[in-house]
Amino acid sequence: MSGAVASPPPAGGAGGAKRGAVAPDAHFVQGNEACVRGAMYAGLNFFAGYPITPSTEIAEHLADILPRNGGVFIQMEDEIASMCAVCGAALAGAKAMTATSGPGFSLKQEAIGYACMTEIPCVIVNVQRGGPSTGLPTKVAQGDVMQSRWGTHGDHSIVVLTASSVQDIFEITIEGFNISETYRTPVILLFDEVVGHMREKLVVPAPGEIAVVDRLYTEVKAGVNYHPYLPREDGRLPVSDFGGVHRYNVTGLFHDIFGFPTENADQVSRLIYHLVDKIENRAHLLARWKEYHLDDAEHIILSYGASARSARHLAETRRGKGDRIGLLELQTLWPFPAALVREKTAHAKSVFVAEMNMGQIAAQVKQAVNKPDRVFLVNRMDGMLVTPTDIGAVMRTVEGRGF
Amino acid sequence: MELYRVLMSGSGGQGVITMAIVLAEAACLYEGLTAIQSQSYGPEARGGATRSDVIIADGPIFFPKVLQPNFLVALTNEASNRYVPLIRPGGICLYDTDLVQLDLRVDARPRGLPMYSAVMKEFGKAQSFNICVLGAMAALIGAVVSLNSLERVLLTRFGPSRHEHNCRALRMGAEMAAPMVDA
Repeated sequence: MSGAVASPPPAGGAGGAKRGAVAPDAHFVQGNEACVRGAMYAGLNFFAGYPITPSTEIAEHLADILPRNGGVFIQMEDEIASMCAVCGAALAGAKAMTATSGPGFSLKQEAIGYACMTEIPCVIVNVQRGGPSTGLPTKVAQGDVMQSRWGTHGDHSIVVLTASSVQDIFEITIEGFNISETYRTPVILLFDEVVGHMREKLVVPAPGEIAVVDRLYTEVKAGVNYHPYLPREDGRLPVSDFGGVHRYNVTGLFHDIFGFPTENADQVSRLIYHLVDKIENRAHLLARWKEYHLDDAEHIILSYGASARSARHLAETRRGKGDRIGLLELQTLWPFPAALVREKTAHAKSVFVAEMNMGQIAAQVKQAVNKPDRVFLVNRMDGMLVTPTDIGAVMRTVEGRGF
Repeated sequence: MELYRVLMSGSGGQGVITMAIVLAEAACLYEGLTAIQSQSYGPEARGGATRSDVIIADGPIFFPKVLQPNFLVALTNEASNRYVPLIRPGGICLYDTDLVQLDLRVDARPRGLPMYSAVMKEFGKAQSFNICVLGAMAALIGAVVSLNSLERVLLTRFGPSRHEHNCRALRMGAEMAAPMVDA
């Protein structure tokens, strides 16, 4: 299915609801609940977690919904155990997820590395709050962008997705499960306090309306040797549920096609290239984004998550005043869609990156574009959502029109 | 167009966030409008300043926070001191006359009602206080969100056993505010 779910078309002219016309399957829910509903839509049947603000509602709702739908909910003793339980459940055949925030995300890193190395499909939600350490528990931030990419040690690759609205959280959560199943990789859903806690309308599509990717099982019969790490020609690894009809080994050590440890230089090299290439070579297929008014844009704001809402507000307001401003909203942060960013911003005079950190995505944008000195960071890290006014002030200054 | 930018403020436990959710959900699901609700609170479960923002519009809403409310609800002195200066000129400030001593030096329309004491007298406990405030709000913002829509949300959110009680509190607030509605 890779690439079959294309990024949605530009939604520039999307109007508001007509009074009185409300879809019957519409709900008024938080982003965190939309994540839960998206996960259930995608077939989630195992959750292990240790609740932490501002992700708590994900555990809260799943504690109610999962057992009633034949699934398993476990509150573990800590985040380390939660992530390990997710790895085990996924290996045994479950669609598994955990949810956390900064401090818990730090604790999960070791087992996330294990999931990368052993190619376990699973989904990790990080609803970002202010950091480092326990930081600002109830306030917004986007400071975990690099941690989501490089939080676990060693060369590896990982998929990180984000969203800026309740509806988008629902859809990107399903997408996260689909990518995770397709490529047998952990997928991180990197949300933030504002989109996690904010309530707005969610319309839940009928079952089947959004494609759901299920696990690809091996055709090797019971009693016949199954090689858990022997990729098919398309690079996918068919699975056999651990503890089922095939016996095989799983280890965080470099391993051969049987899953047994190896220090053979050829096999080590082949595995590390496989782990990185299966994701980095597909950066174009994994890119999800939204774009508004880019066609004739002189100045482009690049943003993601809650910050993208402020960017959109400013872009729409200034469009109304005749300014040619566009917005590129990234939904895939890793693998970083460098080619997309380069192409979409090629004709812009300047690019403004709006994010709530010290420039973690801005640094990637500078590497991707032809004129890195025309990339400007608009940020805020005081626990408050970056405002349209914040973005506008930096833009006016750069444009030479005063503060 | 944004019709209402509401900032509701009080202390933790007063039901400020619940009130905001009910209002926004009614606008979104039963009035066919766009609504967004967000909140800001500290780590405490009770006490501490709480605020919740609701934006109601007839088109898409992007920035979800309220910076300049045109409708402020203040249920503690701390809340009114902090947020009254943010009111957009000509905006409405609904406050409880038992809990708040309003010091209004900005261009706003004060709407003070003794809702807390009325609820205590009628029900003997403060549980329905936020629903009463919501009723007063609904009356003051006119046709944007009807009492009927609010009642539908109260029924789905809190169930039939509390419904009659909730509706009484809601109507009580609306009746108290009726004389203050601008012609």
